[in-house]
Amino acid sequence: MKLYEVFLRAKSGLSHKHVGSVHATDAEMAMQNARDLYTRREEGESIWIVDSCQIISSNPKDKAAYFEPAEDKIYRHPDFYPIDKKVKNI
Amino acid sequence: MYSQGLRDSKAGDDSPELLEAFQKRIDNEEKIEPRDWMPQAYRQTLIRQISQHAHSEIVGQLPEANWVSRAPTLKRKLILLAKIQDEAGHGLYLYSAAETLGESRHKMFEDLLSGKAKYSSIFNYPTLNWADVGAVGWLVDGAAIMNQVALCRTSYGPYSRSMVKICKEESFHQRQGYDIMIKMAQGTAQQKAMAQDAINRLWWPALMMFGPSDKDSKHSGQSMKWKIKRFSNDDLRDKFINATVPQAEYLGLTIPDKDLKYNEKSKTYEHGEIDWNEFVNVIKGNGECNQQRMDARNRAYDDGKWVRATAAAYAKKQQKNEKVA
Repeated sequence: MKLYEVFLRAKSGLSHKHVGSVHATDAEMAMQNARDLYTRREEGESIWIVDSCQIISSNPKDKAAYFEPAEDKIYRHPDFYPIDKKVKNI
Repeated sequence: MYSQGLRDSKAGDDSPELLEAFQKRIDNEEKIEPRDWMPQAYRQTLIRQISQHAHSEIVGQLPEANWVSRAPTLKRKLILLAKIQDEAGHGLYLYSAAETLGESRHKMFEDLLSGKAKYSSIFNYPTLNWADVGAVGWLVDGAAIMNQVALCRTSYGPYSRSMVKICKEESFHQRQGYDIMIKMAQGTAQQKAMAQDAINRLWWPALMMFGPSDKDSKHSGQSMKWKIKRFSNDDLRDKFINATVPQAEYLGLTIPDKDLKYNEKSKTYEHGEIDWNEFVNVIKGNGECNQQRMDARNRAYDDGKWVRATAAAYAKKQQKNEKVA
């Protein structure tokens, strides 16, 4: 048995979200199992299956190096620029 | 706005039953997703519009890049770099949305580099003084936001989702632009004159970003019916003018339109005649900077050739090593 990750789209217009995984011998069985296990209560109308080995994940060790540099770039946010309340629609 | 180009899309051979069912989904406010059936013309219109939109983001980096090495302070330089970096990112979100329709990124690049594909006409104007960087953020990104907020509700799911993400980021672009304008407008007489000069040159081209007037807009009707577009060119342009004129007044700057007047009855501004000859001429390739922009894109692509080749060779070598191990 192989591990497959399951992504569901709740309705058209939204992106697929990871909901969990299933065990299966192949992609087709994974799709069937995901449909049986994760969509019993109308949770979705589209399924994506990804072979778990195919997921490339960042290493938790790299968390600081990867994500902290964004911390002090506050000028990337609109509220960094004070604008008089009299000015509308901006 | 990003489908300013004058090319028309042709209807495919899709059966009337399928077309009707599709229209029903659209009328029902359902979003269309990549695996769903869609009319050929819907797909083609979207590929054209999204790829032109992506090209606009990419080419839009060039007028701003002109000022990176000459930004007046380190702070302004960091902000400008962050904004340019965002534009590249927006281009990438959009190329990937277009790829969900079956168009290859390579083909889109080729069409841009050969001049076959269009990008927003505004980027064929030069940025001549530092206040232009402010005016670009305030007016050009302001106009882009007006259009893109409307596109957040476009009927094609991947396009709509990238618009939501882009709009959040554009807000920073517009505000940093207005922040520059405030500093310039409140500065010395010379700085204020630079700010006025920037708005004098960029106001009309910014209005043209919304595309031809409704009466001359060829593919607006079908795009509105399919809800690719949610508002007409003129409606969005008017909305932009109504939002922007008071912002110019706050700065103490004059909108370079002697016919601009406020209609007390409708509570909206009415603008003077837009020079559509200039618009068509710039789209055709005869704007001040068309050649310069195309040369810069082509040069960047050619200069990057060895990088792409090296990355590919490295990946191949890694694969080989894995096999051996």
